[in-house]
This record gives sequence, C-alpha cells and structure tokens, in this order.
Amino acid sequence: MIATPFDYRSATSLEEAVRLLGGSPDAKILAGGHSLLPLMKLGLAQPSLLIDIGRIAALRGVHQDGGITIGALTTHQAIADDATCRDRLTALSEAAAAVGDVQVRGRGTIGGSLAHADPGGDEQACALAFDATLRAVGPKGDRAIAAGDFFTGALETALGRGEILVSVRFPVPPARTGSAYAKHAHPASGFAIVGVAAVVTVAKDGTIERAAIGVTGAADRPFRATAAERALAGTKGDAAAIAAAAAKAGEGAQLSSDLAASAEFRAQLLTVYARQALQRAVGAARG
Amino acid sequence: MTVAAVTYVGTRVPRKEDQRLITGTGTYTDDVALPGMVHTYFVRSPHAHARITRIDTAAAKRAPGVVTVLTGAETTGTGTLPLFVNVPGIKQSKHFPIASDKVRYTGDAVAVVVAESRAAARAAAALVDVEYELLPVVVDGEKALAPGAPIIHEELGTNLACTYPFKGGDVDKAFADAELVVKQRLVQQRLIPNAIEPRSVVAKLDGDSVTIWSTTQVPHFVQLFIAINLGIPQNHVRVIAPEVGGGFGSKLNVYAEELVVPFLAKMLGRPVKWTEDRREGYLATTHGRDMVHDVELAAKRDGTILGLRVRTVANMGGYLQAFAPVSATILHVFITPGAYRLPAYDCEVKVVYTNTTPIDAYRGAGRPEAAYLIERMMDRLADEIRMDPAEVRRKNFVKRDEFPYTAVSTLVYDSGDYAKALDRALELSEYKGFAKRRDETERRGRYRGIGLSSYVEICGLAPSKANAALGIGWGGYESARIRVNPLGTVQVWTGTSPHGQGHETSWSQIVADQFGIRPDDIEVLHGDTLESPGMGVGTFGSRSLAVGGIAVHKAAQRIREKVILLAAHLLEASPEDVVFEGGKLFVKGVPEKSKAFGEVVFQLYLAANLPDGMEPGLEAIVYHDPENFTYPFGTHVCEVEIDPETGIVEIVRYTAVDDCGVQINPMIVEGQLHGGIVQAIGQALYEAAVYDENGQLLTGSMMDYHVPRAADVPSMTLDHTVTPSPVNPLGVKGIGEAGTIGATPAVVNAVVDALSAIGVKHLDMPLTPERVWRAIRAAKPMEVRK
Repeated sequence: MIATPFDYRSATSLEEAVRLLGGSPDAKILAGGHSLLPLMKLGLAQPSLLIDIGRIAALRGVHQDGGITIGALTTHQAIADDATCRDRLTALSEAAAAVGDVQVRGRGTIGGSLAHADPGGDEQACALAFDATLRAVGPKGDRAIAAGDFFTGALETALGRGEILVSVRFPVPPARTGSAYAKHAHPASGFAIVGVAAVVTVAKDGTIERAAIGVTGAADRPFRATAAERALAGTKGDAAAIAAAAAKAGEGAQLSSDLAASAEFRAQLLTVYARQALQRAVGAARG
Repeated sequence: MTVAAVTYVGTRVPRKEDQRLITGTGTYTDDVALPGMVHTYFVRSPHAHARITRIDTAAAKRAPGVVTVLTGAETTGTGTLPLFVNVPGIKQSKHFPIASDKVRYTGDAVAVVVAESRAAARAAAALVDVEYELLPVVVDGEKALAPGAPIIHEELGTNLACTYPFKGGDVDKAFADAELVVKQRLVQQRLIPNAIEPRSVVAKLDGDSVTIWSTTQVPHFVQLFIAINLGIPQNHVRVIAPEVGGGFGSKLNVYAEELVVPFLAKMLGRPVKWTEDRREGYLATTHGRDMVHDVELAAKRDGTILGLRVRTVANMGGYLQAFAPVSATILHVFITPGAYRLPAYDCEVKVVYTNTTPIDAYRGAGRPEAAYLIERMMDRLADEIRMDPAEVRRKNFVKRDEFPYTAVSTLVYDSGDYAKALDRALELSEYKGFAKRRDETERRGRYRGIGLSSYVEICGLAPSKANAALGIGWGGYESARIRVNPLGTVQVWTGTSPHGQGHETSWSQIVADQFGIRPDDIEVLHGDTLESPGMGVGTFGSRSLAVGGIAVHKAAQRIREKVILLAAHLLEASPEDVVFEGGKLFVKGVPEKSKAFGEVVFQLYLAANLPDGMEPGLEAIVYHDPENFTYPFGTHVCEVEIDPETGIVEIVRYTAVDDCGVQINPMIVEGQLHGGIVQAIGQALYEAAVYDENGQLLTGSMMDYHVPRAADVPSMTLDHTVTPSPVNPLGVKGIGEAGTIGATPAVVNAVVDALSAIGVKHLDMPLTPERVWRAIRAAKPMEVRK
C-alpha cells in the first residue's frame, strides 16, 4: 500500500514530461515502476507527483544509427529478446536476461534501472564496459553523459534537477570483439552481489587487443576493473592469463560488506565471475 | 451378484477446494468489505527496548479521515494475550496488545489509528508522537541469561521464563561406560514463517453480538478468548476463518490485533478491519525456531549409543505467545531420542525472554529441532568411529517387533518399521553407488556428499489425559458434526481449520466410503464457530487427520449404523444381515431388493415407519479424544555438489521414503512432502532472521530474506512404506510437517559429508555460499581418497 497521496500525470511527449518535472520540485519520473513503486510502498520515497512517461513511444526500442541506441523505456525483456543486442552487445543481452524475474524484466526498463542506480543493477556493468553514452534531456536542453561519469554513488547519478534519461547509446564494437556477463545474484532480491560484464577484442593473431570489464554489485557504484583490463591486454588470452587478470578485478575498489556477502567473499566472487565472463568473451571474440 | 464397492480412501481424488482457490474466487479475510467499515493501522516501536515516556496523539487525531487514535493505556479493556497451554512453573509476563509502559521488541505496538481508509490510518500513524527512553538491548538467548543482562520484564526479575528438565535412565552411568563421547554445539537459527496471505482481522457488531473474520488456524480459541477477554457472552461471539492462505504455525495464536479489532468495533459501533503489510508481518507475526543446543552423545566404538545429554537455550522473544513454551520444551524434549533405543537421556531447556519478535510454533514446532539434533549427532558419531551413517542408524533403531515401544522419554511409540523405510530409501537413492559418483565429481574439482536422516516425529496432538499429565491446560480432542439432509445430501462440519491442507477433500473421502456415495456429494464446512460443534481445537501439529479425521470417521459410522438399523426394519431383516455398499442397502445375498441410501434417509425424516425407540432425523456429533499420539517416520537421503570456489551448494538428488500410516489421498501426502521438504531446504541452506545488536531486524523484507523459489529446489523422488497406526480406526498418522522435520538434517548431513574430505565436522545453518566457502578456505586441501 502506498500511504502518502500523490498526483499522477501521464505525459504524451518528452517536452511535456520535462515541463511537468520542472514545475514540481519533488516529482518523480515513472517508467516501469519496478524500482520506484517498492520504495513508495515502504514510504522511502514520497513524491507529490508521478510523471508517467510510459506512453512516449519515441523512448522505446533498439535503433541502429551508426551506434546502437536503446530508448530509456525499452524493457529488460525487449533487450534480452533483441537480435542486434544479442549479436553485437552480447553482455548486455545476457545482463538484461539476468535482471530480477520475469515480471521485473517485462515491466522494468533500462533507463529506469540506470537512473535509479541501485548498486546491484545488472545493466550498469554493461554501460561501463561498452563505453556507452547516456543522453539526458532537461530544461536547458540535451546533453550526453559518458557512462563512466554517470554513476556517482549508491542511488546517485549525474542527472541534474529536472533532467530525464532518454536513451543509452552503445558504440558498435569493432570486429573480433566478444562479450559476456556473469553474475552471482542475491538469492532474495535478484540484484547482483557481483556482476561482471567483459568486452574483449582480439587481434588477428589471437592476442588480446583490448579488454573492458565493468563490475556491478561489488561496491557502492559500478566500476571498471582497470587493473584487470591492463593485465589481460597484450596477452595470449589463455586460461592462465585470464585467471591472472581476473584476480585483479577488485584492485583499487572499496568492496561492499553486508549480510549477503562480506567484502572478502565479494573479492572471491569477483575473481570467479570475472574469470568466467572473460573466458566466454574471449571465446566469442575468437568466434 | 454384488455391486463392486468403490472406495475413495487411498485414491488421488482431485482437491475439491482447488477450483475456487486457483480461479481467485475464494474469500479471504481481507476480501471482507462491509458498509461503514473503518480501517486500522498500528503504530509500532522502532526500538527494541525502550520506556515510553510520552505519547501525543493529538496531531494524528486531527489528520484527515481519522476516527480515533488509542494508546495502550486506552485499550487495557482488551485484557492480556493468552497462553493456550501451560508449562509448569513458567513465568509469564502481562502481555497487553498495545504496550503502555515500555516496548520489548522492534514492532511492539504503541498505538492504533482508526480511520476511514487504510491509507489515511497509515498516514496519520506517522503523526503519533512517541517519546522513548532507550534501554540496553539483548537479542541473543544465551546473552539474556548472563549476569547484568538487561531485564525484559522487570516484574519477573529475570529473563528466564522457566527451566524445563527431563531425566530418564542412568545418565551418569551411560557416560561413565562410554568408549567415546561426541560433543557438539548446534544452532537452530531463527526463521520467518512467510505464509503467503498476510494476517488480517475484521470485526462487526450486530446488536449484542460480534462477528470476527480472522486469518487463523484456531477459530474456536479466538472465539473463546474474545469472549473471555472482552466480556462478551460466548454465544454472542462468532469467529469465521474463511479461506486462510497458509499459516505454518504463524496463525496459531490469539494475536494482539485479534483482541483490539473487536474491541474497537464494540467501542465504535462500526465494522473495523486490520490487514498487516509484509514488513509488519516480518516484525509482528511470530517467528520460529531460535534455539541453541549443547549436546553430548555417549557411545561405544561399535556404534551403540548409550546416553544423550542436551542443554538447550530457547529464545522466546519479547513475550510468550500462545504455544511457544510448549514447542520449545515438550515437543522438543520428548521426541529428541528419535528412532533409537537410547537407554539414558538428560535434557534441560532454558526458556528465555529477549528483545526480539516473539517466537512460536513453526512447521514442526520443536520436532524439527529434535530431529536435527539427533540426526546430526548420529552423523557426528558415525564420522568419529568411521562407520557408515546408515549402519550406525540401523544398529540403534527400535526394531519392528518392539512396538508399542516405550522410549526413555516415557512416550509410547505406536508402530514403526524404521529399517524398512531406510532400506527402501538407500535403494532408491542408489546409496551404494555414491562413492563412484563422488569420485567422478571430485575429478571435476567439486565436492560431493550424501546425507541421511531417519526421523521419527509425534503427531495426533493430543490425548487429553497426556495434556493434563504434562500440565497443558486444555484437551486435545477434535470434533465433527455430520448432517444428512432429508433429500440425502451430506454436510460435514469439522473442528479442524484447514488453511491449505485439503480437508474438504480428505474428509469427503472418509465419509464417502462409509455411505457408498461420491466425495462430490459431500460438503465439508469449517472455520465458522456458528454452525460447527461447540469446540474445535484447530489445525496444527499435523493433528487434523489423526484426531479430526477420526472424529469425522466416527460420526459417519454413527450415521451408518442408524441407517442400517432403519434399513433392517424396512427390509424386515436383522441388522447383521444388512449390507450397505455402493450407496445401497440390501439383505445379504439379495442385492436386487435394495433401498437407496437417500430413500432410507428420507424415511428418517418422514418418521412414519421407524422402529420403536428410534429418533427421527439423521445427524451426529462426535468429540474424538485420541488414545495415544501417532509417530510418523521415514528416511530422507540428500545428495549435494559443492563448488569450492563459490561455496554454492547444489542439491543433485533428493529421495524421501515416508511412512504416515494409511494414506487417505496420496496426492495430498505428496504435496505436503514437497512443500515440507522445500521449507526444510530453506532452513538448511538459505533462511535466517538476523538482528543487529540494537534489536533491528536486518532481514526485514523479502528483498533480504531468502524464501526458496522453484528454481532453488531439486526434483524429488518420493516413496512410502505403510505401517498403520494401531491407535485409531483408520490407521493414519499425519504428514503435514514430516517433510520439514525429515529433510533439514539430511541436507546438512550431505553438505558436511561433502566437506568431511577436508576435515569439516560441522557447520551451522544456513549453509550459505559464504559460510561454506569460509569452511573450505579454513580447511586443508582436498585429500586424495584412497
């Protein structure tokens, strides 16, 4: 039950949504509702106005436009089912398929998940690993935010007051690139205790040209495992090199400790799942 | 020629209640909506232990839609919450529904808001201003007994509610004679029941009478205490338990809200409703288990057990709820020796108050704790003497020709063939082939273990004389009423109160066989004190079939006898020569001259041609008091694989052979086992209610507390043996809790067996990935098996 009364407006255009948001200091944007409504039921969020952007069709779908642009309203399930995502952004496709449960995937959206910035959100690891760019629209117009600059803390992002996340643009990965997502889910909530998105490009001779590793769930915000990336680049990408790189996946990060997993155990899980994601990504890159 | 008699007992009759339940047309308490109904929201303490120094409800009273706001001091007219059963010498604190002096756990109610809508009540609750003086907190049972611990109930002067001792046989001699003593500390973690339907209460005044709808397993007890506590004549109190969506013991109480809601209805003259939200359910609905046992098992090196010594601390939380002291003491203490010939036994339980949510019965209630204790110890012994755990069990089993068997606990086990169930389980689980499977798994770098549990439990609660001897202040009978209407249709009222168990189907099967009609011709009614017999004890402790089902059976027999007497009169034969089968009555050998059941029934209401002395009408009321408890048993075998890198435990095989005596409906038996085993897996691997040292529940929602999901659960191979109980005419025992009792130790034994290769002797539940990973990391590397 949501105890506090609130107003509800269904916006028919992005402009209307931005205007409504600008006119009400504690309004909240409602997309799939699968992060916001639970918070409202617990009384942890008490917006006076909900602006439903669910009917703005332009915010929905996967489009190829030189890159791959995914509208903020695209559901996790739609991403998991999309052939382009599956072929070119395999880690994202796997992450979307690993979100919550069927109901959450069917209603929850990529934009809602990224903007909510739960520390265990799956797709965040992919946004980082693929160097995605997030587009926000606000009263002052449009701006692009690099994924690396977007997540500023637990449930905190670079979105400014009155700004709405409208799409996520993924560059098309170069040839001989493979990716994979591996996750240890919280058994109750389904969020990632540790989630690793690995994107690997191999040279023609099979050596690792570049590795990008996005990590979610392990800390208060998602991060790139740069030490592990550097360790893998230039190697032959064999099992030993992957294991050695994976062991560095938590380097420099302040790992979380909670009931679900201590920091020590998270470090172990990070090593295991980074290795799994890298192994599959390297395999896919080599085709 | 004879008509082949169709019998329904023992067959898979589809559940009659499922049509309405799975099409969403059942009526639950929260579905009850009445004109002029007001809604309530309880203001609950955010602190685990604090003195209430001031409460100001003025602002809340002024909030939109609010009817009234009442504090503890303004609701003392509800009286205090009852204990249903007494444990001798127990120190019980006064437990008012709403605290007025101090709060004793996070979630203790301090005020109730009544408003025109639930949302208005909840919003206004935030405006109730309570000033607390914080007190030191203790959440752990053992720490609550330590000198200097904060005292939860000052008037008792101690946190020790009682010490419950039991001694049988010469324990000192057993330990003196022992060739080895295995010592182990075992933790039974606290669990949250998580019935799918939240609790709810509605009350409505009708002149001098009050009708209460409640999510309860015990409507008659709720009626009894509302009458006593609120001073309403009992014949003016009607309690209805409509569809109830699961309970597992968590609806086996007279809760604070069940007294406050009718109190408010009486005061306001308007219908009143309360429905908990899930967060509230986690805080203010009883939890289960929470015991610590220090155990010593004396044995010989050949595996013979000689003596058992147990010291238990049972955490009861902030108050004693209805059944809690009995679950913690009697139901644990007396059945702990299990399936074994144990010569000497000494057990002592300390029942303790702490600043946590009150504990009460949770599926098994004392018996899972008992079975876990003895079954873990049998494995510990087997490990110490390097003997096959199956053989240690077999060596100590009570033998089939020793029943009825008087155990060291003084209980008289009714019947059993423990070795037969063990043998069948070993065969089905391919126990002999395990070593090969383990070697194959270990070659893949994973651990594999197999675990057994040969449990015995106690059902059929309870012979009233046994209750009296144990100091339990209420009988353990059950009631049934059968009415055959003039047109031959049958109505059955039962004092049991099903909330998922399928009594409508099983009771119909029992009656159908007596009358030779179809189960669909019989209507089973329950959970309404208006029309049922005067007292029903209710549904808990796997008692319904072995007590309530027998009451139904006996009532049906009484009806049958009267019908036969009249048929004999009408057929001009002697009653011994009348055959009653297939819905027809005829003289032996002359089936062509028969009277239909309905015809004879009609004559009983015409009353024109009855034998001398026969009363018109056809109705029977029976109160069945069982002559003894029943003792279901079985062997469960669990096989697990463990990933050493992540500590993840995967159940790869699960086999259960259970014996609940005669089965009325094997499909319902299997359903009970499936659900029970899943709940056991939940305790073994996933679930734990965790408090921080300030008494805040850290696992306060379904986002934190891991209830098993379909994907967590293995396929199960189920089979059964049938050893009828001699203590009732149907030979039934009970199956509602057997899965939960039998499975938990099997799962833990399997995990410990897997890790025994690296020297692990014991791990406490839940066996989460991190706990298992830590044990692996702390151990020596896997030894190469010879």
